[in-house]
Amino acid sequence: MTALPTEVSVLVNGTSHRRAVEPRLLLSDFLRHDLGLTGTHVGCEHGVCGACTVLMDGEAVRSCLVFAVQADGREVATVEGLAPRDGALHPLQEAFRDAHGLQCGFCTPGFLMTLVPFLAENPDPDEHTIREAISGNLCRCTGYANIVHAVRLAADRAAGRAEVPMSTGETIDPVEAPEAAALEAR
Amino acid sequence: MSRRYVGEWVTRNEDQRLLTGHALFVDDVRLEGMLHVAFVRSDHAHAVLRGVDASAARARPGVVAVYTAEDLGDYWQPGPLLVPPPPIDGIVFNLATQVPLAKDRLRHVGEPIAMVVAESRYLAEDALADVVVDAEPLEPVTDLERALEPDAPVIHPQLGTNLAAHVVQRHGDYEEAKSRADLVLSRRFHYDRGASAAIENRAVAARWDGQAQELTIWDTTQAPIPIRNGLAGMLGLMQSQVRVVAPFVGGGFGPKIMMFYPEEVLVPWAAMRLGRPVKWTEDRQENFFATTQERGQVHDAEIALSRDGRILGVRDSFLHDTGAYDPYGLTVPINSQCTLLGPYDVPAYDAEFRAVFTNRTTVTPVRGAGRQHGVFVMERLLDFAARELGMDAAEIRRVNYLVQDDFPHDHKILFQDFQPLVYDSGNYRPALEKALELIRWEGFPEEKRRAREEGRRLGVGVVSYVEGTGIGPYEGARVTIEPSGRVRVATGLGTQGQGHYTAFAQIVAEALDVDVARVGVVTGDTREFNWGTGTFASRGAVVAGSACHAAAQAVRAKVLGVAARVLNVPEGEVELWDGHARVRAEPQRSLPYGELAMRANPLRGGVSPGTEPGLEATAYFGPDRGSTASGVHAVVVEVDAETAMAKFLRYVVVHDCGKLINPVLVEGQVQGGVAHGIGNAFFEKLHYDESGQLQNASFMDYLLPTALDVPEVSMAHRETPAPMNPLGLKGVGEAGCIPTGAAFAQAVEDALSDLSIEIREIPLSPNRLFELLREAPAPSSQGTAP
Repeated sequence: MTALPTEVSVLVNGTSHRRAVEPRLLLSDFLRHDLGLTGTHVGCEHGVCGACTVLMDGEAVRSCLVFAVQADGREVATVEGLAPRDGALHPLQEAFRDAHGLQCGFCTPGFLMTLVPFLAENPDPDEHTIREAISGNLCRCTGYANIVHAVRLAADRAAGRAEVPMSTGETIDPVEAPEAAALEAR
Repeated sequence: MSRRYVGEWVTRNEDQRLLTGHALFVDDVRLEGMLHVAFVRSDHAHAVLRGVDASAARARPGVVAVYTAEDLGDYWQPGPLLVPPPPIDGIVFNLATQVPLAKDRLRHVGEPIAMVVAESRYLAEDALADVVVDAEPLEPVTDLERALEPDAPVIHPQLGTNLAAHVVQRHGDYEEAKSRADLVLSRRFHYDRGASAAIENRAVAARWDGQAQELTIWDTTQAPIPIRNGLAGMLGLMQSQVRVVAPFVGGGFGPKIMMFYPEEVLVPWAAMRLGRPVKWTEDRQENFFATTQERGQVHDAEIALSRDGRILGVRDSFLHDTGAYDPYGLTVPINSQCTLLGPYDVPAYDAEFRAVFTNRTTVTPVRGAGRQHGVFVMERLLDFAARELGMDAAEIRRVNYLVQDDFPHDHKILFQDFQPLVYDSGNYRPALEKALELIRWEGFPEEKRRAREEGRRLGVGVVSYVEGTGIGPYEGARVTIEPSGRVRVATGLGTQGQGHYTAFAQIVAEALDVDVARVGVVTGDTREFNWGTGTFASRGAVVAGSACHAAAQAVRAKVLGVAARVLNVPEGEVELWDGHARVRAEPQRSLPYGELAMRANPLRGGVSPGTEPGLEATAYFGPDRGSTASGVHAVVVEVDAETAMAKFLRYVVVHDCGKLINPVLVEGQVQGGVAHGIGNAFFEKLHYDESGQLQNASFMDYLLPTALDVPEVSMAHRETPAPMNPLGLKGVGEAGCIPTGAAFAQAVEDALSDLSIEIREIPLSPNRLFELLREAPAPSSQGTAP
């Protein structure tokens, strides 16, 4: 049954929003549909996949397991607020791009929002710690390896450590494609 | 020196939008006055549908409409057959396709019965409970062998049988081969697949613009052009009145090319009927019931070999679960039948399958599309044969590989694209040797022995596979140099994370010698490009990539022609360099592409006969046949015999997808594929009970592998160029997950080699492995080192 709307006031990415919402409205739906912040994605709506992760008062939460009314008076951060300005990227976003840490990109906002507080607390994480940190986020495309690389890259850059360059597997007896060879010879 | 992009790691053009949350996915579409949909779905696997009473739902505040099959009138039609059966002698194919809303019969749990349209999704879901469904349960058909018994209940009464298809393909004389064999082995294998489990569920949104008489549909499809063409036909519209957009799609893996899903047919219809935009987004539970899956096959297989391990012939007969309907034809079982042959010389092959209707969700391709079933059977047969013959697992593969002189190799049976199963090219042995080196095969027995002394059980596996990729019919692309000097590429494929925006840009940037960041690619919007089929069968890069290449070459010729005219020199003296055309001998005489684009589209002065305005070209590529990719996977696992938990310690893939366009994208595809394969091998299983109810329809219970389960894959590449296309490309999208189960089974068996168990099934959950261990005979008392 529907119940009377309740007034909530939420600070999202630094902007204050006051809305009347049904008590049953999920925070994920509030962000996506009421505020139009569709960068937060919904993959399972039962708290397993982690795609809908946002920060509430600085802590990573699954916005599909939080009601909008529970965010009343709180501060919420979503992926849209990460980059310092339009056209720029947050260092973690840059690292995801540079390490090919995303494919379809649907789960990516959840990974980013999980990792921002993680890196703040763990500026020099080892591989296993990174894997544990993201073990509550599902990705079907990448097989996780490049996400782990991206986190390392972001941590190394933040600390001014030498970056491990993007390496690829050895190509045994590489060939020139016939057409490419012809172009070269023109 | 011209710019080289093909073969290089270039960061992706699409990432900025995806990383900042500004990429458009279908559920992000928000339109004024939009209505929302929820479906009443069948709770029964098999039932007679006596009636649906939607009156209470219609009366609920906020509900705008409720539709049942009856309300659809003539619009209610069974879906089309997507892929007709191949022209194989004696083939039996019985067609039964899905319907928009169930009428008379319910054939699987989750089949839609009624569509509720309301002011919000919350209200639509509230109204589901108001719809009264009167159904009389029937005996469900869930066992493949039982389904074919004469007294089994029939799912499609008009067919009179649960047999969906029967196909026999043969080459050589298996009986004769068997009579000469030193070793004949036969086994029964079970191979079950799972959900595609894209993290984005399906979604469809539609808007009818009555003033413009235009229908726009946003759809999470892998094939926007066939969706447009089909819906235009169903709705009685011109194709040009319908625009289908597959924007960013959050993973496809096969089921998003299935068409037409009931929801895809109903949402646009409702938008037109109601005159308001309508959207439906699948939730995760619906996805487990209503999105197609790949499921079980049961193989009875036999292999005949000579003493030195050479294959003389193989016989395989299997049952294939096609689910409640078979709109996708025989793609999955034909792939299993063909891919079983692998990279091997098999002089005689006697192959037969029966596809069977069951009261479960419809089966269509999921990444790998039946290939892993065939690979599992062949690789396991070779493993058991090697053990009998006292051969090394690598050696039995080595002696059976097709060799260079064998290509092109005709297996003399038909593949899923209706063309003979001909391997265009390949070079298998170097890939095997490299994989053995990377997995440290030679030193492994010592490593295993030492680990055993510490009480740890390690095992190694090495397997081979081929993958038919890049099949026709065709794809197209249009390349345009705009007056800004930027280049636009449009192609008809949908994209689901493969990096098309980058890979196609690389191909075009290299052909035109222009900065890859200045090449903008658009895919999946029928307004931009409306000829083509879709993203499937690891064909995007091969087929659409080749079309991009051809279109770019045509634009290149136009640039040279216009530049020669403007610079007043013969064409042969013009060269392209960094977004400019210039006179080779006088490089200071140079014009940027943007200016040439304007000169090619003059406001004064005509376009001469036989020429076209602008720097634009459209080209198509349709290969005669697919190109055959191949590879070797090797794995080391550690198995705890007490808990039956297995851990992946090392994973090696040596892959050959011809010329690499972008090695980092290729490796991303392989790593992701291996993760999917590991899920299939050890974590993921759709648990249907005997009443046809799926018992684990959530991510709580259906386990996708996490970052703690998937190892980082060590990779090496071989590049055996495909002769079928100008860039020498082969597909790579599915390779990572095809042989994973076979590699895993071999390695687990090796880790338990003193317990003499045989693994003849995948998935092998820890629970199932525990059962196998309990059934195993006690280990011999001859010491610990196997």
